Amino acid sequence: MSSHRLGTGGLVDRQTPIGFSFDGRPLTGLAGDTLASALVANGIRLVGRSFKYHRPRGIVSAGPEEPNALVEKGRGAYREPNTRATTVELYPGLDVASQNRWPSLRFDVQAIGQLASPLLAAGFYYKTFMWPAALWERLYEPAIRRAAGLGSLSGAPDPDFYEKAYAFCDLLVIGAGPAGLAAALTAGRAGARVILLEQDFALGGRLLAERCEIDGMPGAVWAREVEAELATLANVRILSRTAAFGLYDGEVGAVERLTDHLAVTPACMPRQRLWTLVAAQTVLAAGAVERPIVFGGNDRPGIMLASAMRSYIQRFAALPGRSVAVFTATDDGWRTAEAFARAGAPVAAVIDSRRDIVASVRALAGDVPVFLGARVLDAIGGQSLSAIEVIGDHGRRRIAVDGLAVSGGFNPDLAMTTHLGHKPRWSETSLAFLPDALPAHLVVAGAAAGRFTLAEALADGARLGAAAAGMAGKPAAAPPAWRASDETFAVGPLFHVEGGRGKAFVDLQNDVTDKDVAQSVHEGFVSVEHLKRYTTLGMATDQGRTSNVNGLAILARLTGRTIPETGSTRARPPHGPVAIGAFAGLHTGPHFKPTRLTAGHGWAEEQGAVFVETGQWLRAQWFPRPGETDWLESVTREVQAVRSGVGICDVSTLGKIALAGPDVGVFLDRVYCNTFSTLPVGKARYGLMLREDGFVMDDGTTARFGAEDYLLSTTTVNAGKVMQHLAFCHQVLWPELDVQMVSVTEQWAQFAVAGPQSRALLQQVFGSAVDLSDAAFPYLACGAFPLGPTMARLFRISFSGERAYEIAVPAGYGDALVRALMAGGRDLGVTPYGTEALAVMRIEKGHVAGAELNGQTVARDLGLGRMMSTKKDYIGRLMAERAALNDPDRPTLVGLKPTVPGVRLRAGAHFLPIGAAASAENDQGYMTSTAFSPSLGHWIGLGLLARGPERIGEQIRAYDPIRGGDAVVEVVNPVFIDPEGNRVHG
Amino acid sequence: MRIPCPYCGPRDSSEFAYLGDAAPRRPADGDAAAMATYVYLRDNPAGPMEELWYHAYGCRAWLVVRRDTRDHAVTGARLAAGREASA
Repeated sequence: MSSHRLGTGGLVDRQTPIGFSFDGRPLTGLAGDTLASALVANGIRLVGRSFKYHRPRGIVSAGPEEPNALVEKGRGAYREPNTRATTVELYPGLDVASQNRWPSLRFDVQAIGQLASPLLAAGFYYKTFMWPAALWERLYEPAIRRAAGLGSLSGAPDPDFYEKAYAFCDLLVIGAGPAGLAAALTAGRAGARVILLEQDFALGGRLLAERCEIDGMPGAVWAREVEAELATLANVRILSRTAAFGLYDGEVGAVERLTDHLAVTPACMPRQRLWTLVAAQTVLAAGAVERPIVFGGNDRPGIMLASAMRSYIQRFAALPGRSVAVFTATDDGWRTAEAFARAGAPVAAVIDSRRDIVASVRALAGDVPVFLGARVLDAIGGQSLSAIEVIGDHGRRRIAVDGLAVSGGFNPDLAMTTHLGHKPRWSETSLAFLPDALPAHLVVAGAAAGRFTLAEALADGARLGAAAAGMAGKPAAAPPAWRASDETFAVGPLFHVEGGRGKAFVDLQNDVTDKDVAQSVHEGFVSVEHLKRYTTLGMATDQGRTSNVNGLAILARLTGRTIPETGSTRARPPHGPVAIGAFAGLHTGPHFKPTRLTAGHGWAEEQGAVFVETGQWLRAQWFPRPGETDWLESVTREVQAVRSGVGICDVSTLGKIALAGPDVGVFLDRVYCNTFSTLPVGKARYGLMLREDGFVMDDGTTARFGAEDYLLSTTTVNAGKVMQHLAFCHQVLWPELDVQMVSVTEQWAQFAVAGPQSRALLQQVFGSAVDLSDAAFPYLACGAFPLGPTMARLFRISFSGERAYEIAVPAGYGDALVRALMAGGRDLGVTPYGTEALAVMRIEKGHVAGAELNGQTVARDLGLGRMMSTKKDYIGRLMAERAALNDPDRPTLVGLKPTVPGVRLRAGAHFLPIGAAASAENDQGYMTSTAFSPSLGHWIGLGLLARGPERIGEQIRAYDPIRGGDAVVEVVNPVFIDPEGNRVHG
Repeated sequence: MRIPCPYCGPRDSSEFAYLGDAAPRRPADGDAAAMATYVYLRDNPAGPMEELWYHAYGCRAWLVVRRDTRDHAVTGARLAAGREASA
């Protein structure tokens, strides 16, 4: 048995010892232990070094409020720093190390930093190392960061995985103490859908740690029976090891720890699960956190919250000290004296700052020395507490102790009520912040509401649980009336004992002392929010659960204000640490966003395609052939194959929107700048869509297959945006138009068949029954033809400038279609081509694409001004008429070619007059797209150049200092190939 | 935040795309100044506001949602397509 383990009592399993290690030292605990309780049971006091001063620190609490006992858990990539020992469940092989010490916990070199501590007072960052500035980055900051800090990260990617879940309920109960259990059981019995959250691994809250009775049975037994009944209710879900961390608009965020307590992680089990909980009603029953008292040396290992000491004795059967004193301003502190007496280690003294103590409380101490109206002035000791100095009616007295239980009052855990901006109010009777204005659909029960006795907690829970069930239409029969054992609650005002010799810590985690608060006031930081930021009081893993109110009380006294006048800081989620991985869930690496594959993807993979991400889509970029070593070699071959024979390109990713109804023509006239109401059945037309501010939004072709049957195409990246825009135009602007629309992007697989031999290939595939002659199916024709078991849609449109078609089939036939096209074109030397060759050919033809349709260009800039109809109104017309958008000085589309063949052009190069300085005022535009033209044998570019069309033949400078480019280029017609447009017919 | 879509029921706000104030009406008479106001000028009230939201990951309906900009309390939603009739 470990040195400080009690022989009887507690909720630990003495038959199940668990081996673990702390700083490499093998230790034994019991099933039911936390890491902290196992350390207490082994008599280990010193567990860490403090943030700034590297002072020795021990365990202070028994819950998530722990400011001191932060450890590194796990090894290698699994290492997790700043884990609270009080919330780590013990398991075989648990391997933890203390933090922020070197070379060892007992001998920490940087503890001599205490000698330099005047330099590290509040605001030291801003003052001490101001000059010379050059040394800040190189010397001061690295040195401070090494000395001051918490644990360190592994530096390796997180090897665990996480998931997210959503749940909905009538009643969400946060906290499974007496109030929470009562609420969950009352609503659960009534049939309401209940979710009960508990951050601990066991339900019961303080019932697990206190000597109390409900209906004649011990509190812990009652909790176990309630849990058993809840488990039988199908409408109740219990989430233990689950901490609520934030209240958001209409939902609660919580994180469930699934494997952190397991020695062996089952395969496929996420480490943690991030819950989004949507509840009609929420009962916050998170309890209250005891607050310490600020006095000299109050950080010595061995000084602990009085309620935490009771947890260690009565829940974990671990004795936190053999000769302990109690320093209290509450009735509750006296219960700790009783707990020690029952454990066979009577306390050395009870020191209460109050003088009037009711007899029943006074009796809890038995016959140990009691000092009323007294205070602990100083705590003495090094790596462990050895004595306290008490001041009172007797004068000063030194008492030898090895532990001190401290109780300064209780802070209801109200953070969740303030996340949406609601403020609590200060109660002078409870000496605590209590809930005041509350967010909608949230109520507070038990100690969290300042109702600190067990009877009040049970009554609150029953009442609020019944109310929530009633609101859900499941009225509770009769709220249970549980009988609780008697207890008193009284507290006196004691936050700070002045006059001690040692450092008096307000915030243990951030090493903020009473002097730091005074200095903050002295320098004018008297707002509570300024105090927090200037001293860091209340930050980090504990979120000031034990420090905020004491800091506030000291600030109030120093500024001559009351606590309500001083105000409280606004809490923001998360209330406790949450791994970033939990927020990411499964959306990491390649799963960060969905990947969309076309119907022809498998075929393209077989062809050895190199893929590129285009939005969410993967598209074949080029198809390397054996022996080709360079992408440009492959792309050049593909372009030449299309221009001389026939090629196939998967264009399924283009957005497709089907429109139907008698008013489609009118509707398209209003959303495109050019006219569509004149489009005959069996024809396709290129359209340009503007935003209402006059700038170009998107382009594409629309085909009319029947009187009321249209198919509109969009660019790949704008598919969603155009669908949203068209829905807006119809539903918001012109609901009177009889139009229906639906996105069919994924319903059709579509391939471009391009090149002089394209008709021959398609004729082979369709057979002689379909007439594809120019007379029957001319340029810009569209139609539907039988193909095997389905109907194929055929469009005679061209992006490459060659004779070309696009053929579409229902997506399920896409794979079969591309194989049929390849088979049909075998004798014609058909060549698959990718997006690079597509881009080269569109640049050769001067077609605009994403680089030109960049949201900053109007139709005129793109040489498309003539498309803008003057005979109708349409989205963007009035704004596009603005004078500044029609200024000929605006950069306008031109072609560019190098004056010296072989010079490479790069998109992004800026245009300057030759001989002009490379300055912003001489900037005349920039290169938008470039390609090596296999047809011309040199690089070509498209660009936007001020007064571009007037300057054909002029030489300008394309200046690209980032990549060392500086070329003289000639301004040319943007249509490099076949400007007459003959080939599209040939 | 949850939006009560008339077609789909209460749904998470992440399913919706936000546009903005539902009050401006597109001018129909070709007045450039009125169009500039429609395109660019928006009020920024603190309090209840009617806004246009699009149920992008749902029924693709445009909704007029009544939301308090101070606390994100959503007190109603109706189809934008019928707003003139119900206004």
